[in-house]
Amino acid sequence: MIEAALLFASGCYGLALLLNLWRISFGPDLADRILALDTMVINVIAILVLYGIWKGTAIYFEAAMLVAMVGFVSTVAYCRFLLRGDIIE
Amino acid sequence: MGDGGNFLIVIALLPFIGALLPGLMIRAGRTACAIFTALPTALALTLVLILAPAVMRGEVIQAELEWLPQLGLSASFFLDGLGLLFAGMILGVGLLITLYARFYLSGEDPMGQFYTFLLLFQGAMLGIVLSDNILLLLIFWELTSLSSFLLIGYWKHLPEGRQGARIALAVTGGGGLAMIGGLLILGNIAGSYNLTDILRQGDAIRASEWYHLALVLILLGAFTKSAQFPFHFWLPHAMAAPTPVSAYLHSATMVKAGVFLMARMWPVLAGTEAWFYIVSTTGLITMILGAAIALFKDDLKALLAYSTVSHLGLLTMLLGFGTKLAAIVAVFHIINHLTFKAALFMTAGIIDHEAHTRDIKRLGGLRHLMPVTFVIGTIGALSMAGIPLFNGFLTKEMMLEEAAHTVWAGSHLALPVLATLGALLSVAYSFRFISHVFLGPVRDDYPHKPHDPPFGMWAAPALLVVLVIVIGILPAAIAGPLVAVAGGAVIGGGELPYYSLKIWHGITPALFMSVIAVAGGAIVLWLHRPLDRVWITAPRPEAKVIFDRLIAGSVTISRAITEGTHNGAISRYLAIFVVTSVLLGALAFAGGGLGAPTRELLPVPPIFAVGWIMLIVATLLVATLHRQRFQALVLIGIIGLMVSAGFVYLSAPDLALTQISVETVTIMLLLLALHFLPKTTPVESPVSLRLRDAVIAMTAGGGVAGLAYAFLLRDVGTISDYHLANSYEGGGGTNVVNVILVDFRGYDTYGEIIVLGIAGLIIFALMEALLDGPAARRLRNTDYSQNRSRDRHPLMMVVATRVMMPIAVVVGIYIFLRGHNQPGGGFVSGLVIAVALLMQYMASGFAWTQTRQRIEYHTMIGWGVIIAGLTGAGAWLAGKPFLTSSFTYVHLPPIEEFELATAMLFDLGVFLTVLGAVMLMLYSLSRIARYAGETVNVEPMDYDPADTIQVTKEEG
Repeated sequence: MIEAALLFASGCYGLALLLNLWRISFGPDLADRILALDTMVINVIAILVLYGIWKGTAIYFEAAMLVAMVGFVSTVAYCRFLLRGDIIE
Repeated sequence: MGDGGNFLIVIALLPFIGALLPGLMIRAGRTACAIFTALPTALALTLVLILAPAVMRGEVIQAELEWLPQLGLSASFFLDGLGLLFAGMILGVGLLITLYARFYLSGEDPMGQFYTFLLLFQGAMLGIVLSDNILLLLIFWELTSLSSFLLIGYWKHLPEGRQGARIALAVTGGGGLAMIGGLLILGNIAGSYNLTDILRQGDAIRASEWYHLALVLILLGAFTKSAQFPFHFWLPHAMAAPTPVSAYLHSATMVKAGVFLMARMWPVLAGTEAWFYIVSTTGLITMILGAAIALFKDDLKALLAYSTVSHLGLLTMLLGFGTKLAAIVAVFHIINHLTFKAALFMTAGIIDHEAHTRDIKRLGGLRHLMPVTFVIGTIGALSMAGIPLFNGFLTKEMMLEEAAHTVWAGSHLALPVLATLGALLSVAYSFRFISHVFLGPVRDDYPHKPHDPPFGMWAAPALLVVLVIVIGILPAAIAGPLVAVAGGAVIGGGELPYYSLKIWHGITPALFMSVIAVAGGAIVLWLHRPLDRVWITAPRPEAKVIFDRLIAGSVTISRAITEGTHNGAISRYLAIFVVTSVLLGALAFAGGGLGAPTRELLPVPPIFAVGWIMLIVATLLVATLHRQRFQALVLIGIIGLMVSAGFVYLSAPDLALTQISVETVTIMLLLLALHFLPKTTPVESPVSLRLRDAVIAMTAGGGVAGLAYAFLLRDVGTISDYHLANSYEGGGGTNVVNVILVDFRGYDTYGEIIVLGIAGLIIFALMEALLDGPAARRLRNTDYSQNRSRDRHPLMMVVATRVMMPIAVVVGIYIFLRGHNQPGGGFVSGLVIAVALLMQYMASGFAWTQTRQRIEYHTMIGWGVIIAGLTGAGAWLAGKPFLTSSFTYVHLPPIEEFELATAMLFDLGVFLTVLGAVMLMLYSLSRIARYAGETVNVEPMDYDPADTIQVTKEEG
């Protein structure tokens, strides 16, 4: 049962990644692109967790947590660049 | 190795150690300086003399110190008869030259420097004659080239001195290069680089198919050093050196190095047709040519220089004959030539010093003004001419005797006639030296009224001419034993052939030839004036002009190559680099062929295919959209993310973590810089160029992809298995990646953190310089603040980052501590903590964060490198190589048993350096804003609910 659920979930997130890619490529706005990239980070974290469940090991959860911890920083930097130009004022 | 051996090593080292003294002692005065130059020389000479009796008995003294045994290179020395002769000459004449130079050099010349160079040269020369290892000999050989370069160019203010030094270095250094090849071949044939081993294998070497190549290369080295035709031209140009240098290097020692090498290698290389024709013919040509040019030189030192060339030719010719007797004559002539030629050079120096000219056409009649110099010079010149009762006569007779018995290319007459011609010319220029300088009427137009120099200056040449006479009259008693033992060493042991050192040999062919030479020489001198006119008008190739053209040509070619490839455009560098790599790859691929695949393709999970599609699409988009710089940065984010995910999928979670942290830091650096840069990249190159670049890029990319694909389908033996097998046992860790970083390849990591630290410091320094220059003015005059949001330091963000900070730090420490056994390590944790700190910078601004920073980032880099280095050096205390790690298990209640490894200390160094370097880079870049006139905010956030007053402080 869990196999099927994993397959379905990873299919969904894979599709989501492609949609993110679409949004990053065609915008139309820079803010859209940044938002799509941030969403992509979230989706990748989800896929890592799914992969960890499938493999039955805890190491991927940890990796997912660390990606979560660091991953949003670049989004913040992109946004600050758009809003203020200078990211460290 | 007995006492004698120890002595040998001391002798070889003494001049080099002594070279430290003159530079210091010059402060105590010029005489003290000279004394402290003479001291090591005299000491070394004493040691040589102590060893001399044993050598004269036929013993060979040896000493060996292992240096690089893997290369066959050992610091081994030996002293046999030939070595004794040369060592005695080098040190003995060295002493005389030290005395002479004390009086010759004027007050303006830096004497300490001169004596330092002199001792360095002496050490190099001694090394050549004492080396028992040909690799060591090569090192000393090059050292003589270098130190003589310094000596010839000693008068730096004279362009001739600098040019002469350059020519000498180019010619002798070039020959040295050829000789390296020759001696390596020789060592390979003999299977040993030890001279004593090589000398025993003469037959094997002469029979080898490599013999001719080795012979030509070694002879190139010897001929260039000993100024043999057609390389003779450097020696006259080297005469721009001070006279003590000319007397020492260019009569007694350096130019004899080539002759020494030929004598040393004589038992191994001589005796073949190739040796006979190459060496004896070159020597013959050099002898006649040098003598002929010497006859028409008006510069006293040039005359002596060409005469030296001629005599070196004579020595070469004698060694070239390949008979034992000729080799012994050569040894004897080395002694004789040394005595009269050094004396003559010193005489020329005295005349130059006193009369302020050494142009023969402006001299004459000096016998009345400088009687002592006249006597010394005349004795030397008569010996050079080969007049009986002087030692030059003895060897000239023996040489002519040898020439009379040698058949050259089937002709019995060729050699005797040509050798007589050489002797005739030699008589002519020697007589000219006497008559045109000393004889004739006293003139009243000398540039300076000459008189005899002080005793100190003529003492050295006087001693030498006493030797000239003593050897000339009693050759067998004075020089006989030395000639016998040195000659015995040259011919490689065995019976000495019969010879007798005496003045009268009866009526022999040589006597006739001698008489013809003297009479002919006198006639030629009588005809000198008309002959000189013909010589001056006759066209002749100028070696210096040809040499200069050669150098100019090579400069043009190398400049064309350099400027063709390094034109300043990075696109061209990359194109050249990538095309070369592709070509090399294609070559390698074509050569080896590719076996059939040994592995099946693994199934591709759909989710992985999605990641693959994203990578490719994002890459294509970056390539097409890279002119929109910000968009390209966002797209790069996709690539970084996918690569990290790929690392996780391929079981490398710590690489994934490193990748994503590096990605974040890089994006921030780029954004910081981008704020002050144009937001789009202009189109600069034409379409054709961009098409070319596209083709190159696609070929290279396709090549790399193909290569990776090919490797993934085949089983290739890699080093990974070794790492996996030894990670725990050798490095004490189960995280192989970390053990590789801190243990297996710890040395690389150490180098890399140093590079990283340097990069951080350089960015800081460049920014410092940039912000002081015109860039800062432009920054100040440009407005970067249009269209800004009012949210400068939003409350939300500040609070979120404050919450994140302790979590991130704990995670960082956790990753660091467990790094050795599970995913993590100093590098990752440094990046994680850097990211946590950067968040504070972003949220509350530069000024607020900066006031809370306690440790300078520079200091952090320094401590990181020091800790890592000290950890590595700690292994020495345990008697192990640098960076050998050790580990132990510790049990501290209430914690579970844990491991302590020195690798963790090393990792701490890595951590500190990474953190410091990353923070320093971002700190440096973000300082640009302050120069652009940005204001800073010392408050943590725009609106602080705890404080209702908002303070904004402006700084310029």
